[in-house]
Amino acid sequence: MPRSLTLSPSKTAVVSSPSRSARRSRTALTGWAYAAPTALFVVIFFVAPIGLVGRMSVSDWGLFAGNRGWNAPENFTDAVSDRLFWPAVWFTVKYTVLTTVILLVLALGLALLVQESSRWNGILRTSFLVPSALGLASASLLFYALYSPQASPIPGQISFLGTPWSALWSTVALIVWRFAGFYMLLLLVGLQSIPGDVYEAARLDGAGRWQTFRHVTLPLLRPSLALCTILCVTGSLLAFDQFYILTKGGPDNSTVTIVQLIYNMAFQGQNNLGRAAALSILVLAALLVVNIVQFRGLRGRER
Amino acid sequence: MSRLLLRTPQHVLTGGLALIFLFPLVWASLASVAPHAGTQQTDGWGFANYDTLAHYQAGIAQYLFNSFAISLMTVLFTLFASVTGGYAFAMFRFPGRNALFLLTLAILMVPYATLLIPLYVLLNSLGLQNSLIGLALVLSMFQLPFATFMMRISFEAVPGELREAALIDGCGSLRALQRVLIPAAKPGLITVGLFAFLAAWNDFITPLVLISDSDKVPLPLAVANLRGQVMGIVDYGATEAGVVVLALPCIVFFLALQRHYVRGFMSGALKG
Repeated sequence: MPRSLTLSPSKTAVVSSPSRSARRSRTALTGWAYAAPTALFVVIFFVAPIGLVGRMSVSDWGLFAGNRGWNAPENFTDAVSDRLFWPAVWFTVKYTVLTTVILLVLALGLALLVQESSRWNGILRTSFLVPSALGLASASLLFYALYSPQASPIPGQISFLGTPWSALWSTVALIVWRFAGFYMLLLLVGLQSIPGDVYEAARLDGAGRWQTFRHVTLPLLRPSLALCTILCVTGSLLAFDQFYILTKGGPDNSTVTIVQLIYNMAFQGQNNLGRAAALSILVLAALLVVNIVQFRGLRGRER
Repeated sequence: MSRLLLRTPQHVLTGGLALIFLFPLVWASLASVAPHAGTQQTDGWGFANYDTLAHYQAGIAQYLFNSFAISLMTVLFTLFASVTGGYAFAMFRFPGRNALFLLTLAILMVPYATLLIPLYVLLNSLGLQNSLIGLALVLSMFQLPFATFMMRISFEAVPGELREAALIDGCGSLRALQRVLIPAAKPGLITVGLFAFLAAWNDFITPLVLISDSDKVPLPLAVANLRGQVMGIVDYGATEAGVVVLALPCIVFFLALQRHYVRGFMSGALKG
């Protein structure tokens, strides 16, 4: 990161000449003054809630009743032994793997398709990207109508959301439509940072199209692919809007994701904020582990 | 000519693919004004579905107002915090600088749900429960990692001589920020503002948890609620109309500011 702009005390001493340490502490004070709004935001809306969720996770904390004293480790054991806990974990993982694999393969294909800049490719890029301007909730509402038996323009009596299997795939289709352009864009940035002479060298060595892709493009694209994988896995593990709107967790609770379970524990029926807080801390911990593993795995193979 | 002919199959294939991506949007726009049994628009083309939407509960004007108020406040709060914060991180050395920057980025690592449960309690004790301002403050906090990072690299990209010249000319640091740095970092500002607007306009789970007063919900929640409430039968026509109203500002902003949108991702992709 360029540091040339940082006001080093020695540089400013040339401009005006009070003592070095006085100048330095004045710079530090000014710096803190500018950082104060960020610091306030972070402390009030991030650090304090993290502390509070920790306290809630060990307390018997009702939605309306408030704090009713210590309740650990019951909050955690109750959350894990919830009837829907393991089905939700299993479904979330299944959904994450499906979405990530399909999205990344498709996004890579699209990126390769439109990587040369031309007018036509510009139009294509924009068409693939437009869905990602929509909110996830708006896109889900759109597909809710698209999938409905009454309004659907798709001929035949297909039940898009009626069985666990079709509900899962219908949601995956929605997510692929909404995010393919977004990941295509990220991969396109990666593709364009590969210098042209690398391809030239591969061509001179007599590499075919597939060999070039396999041994030149893919390895050099690894950082971008790693970023996409991490974003996609994290986003899918925390899926909520699409299932809340499209399936409401149905049919028969077959599409309840882990975040939906947290929401239901806290605000629907159980009204148990303590247990929901405990579950959300478990999710936070799991997410950290998954991301550390991903960082290690994807970074380690970079060279 | 022969090159053009050779390329035609590819054009057909890729064009077809583009149409698949555009189809749902085109369909929703057409279906919202097309005649269809079971909706308010039963014969002939027209805007009856939009009329239903306009008079749903508090009326669409109220929900649009909520959404615009939340989005504008989020943009303002985010810009204010990220411009001052980005300036501090880019230009000044102070104790705790790196710790605060990393802490701001750490917001990205924590799931929304983990933060929303304590925030629900916390906003109550701050007297901000059920308020658009409280919601906008929370949404701004979610925007801070990207916004602060973006403004920091935008300010760091401003040539050093420019800022030093301003300081020697006797500008205070605030004047230097206003006169020199903000104009120079304008593309970064637009990107941050655009992302904050889109995120606030589209967010669903945050108002779902934090807003319980049905007159104060933003448009996405109102349209989602509308589905089940017309005598238990889903009014798909009104839903389609709602989707169009929701999507229109996003698509207009996206098409008008596409370059800034792409830039935002590029900085993330290159530095992330």
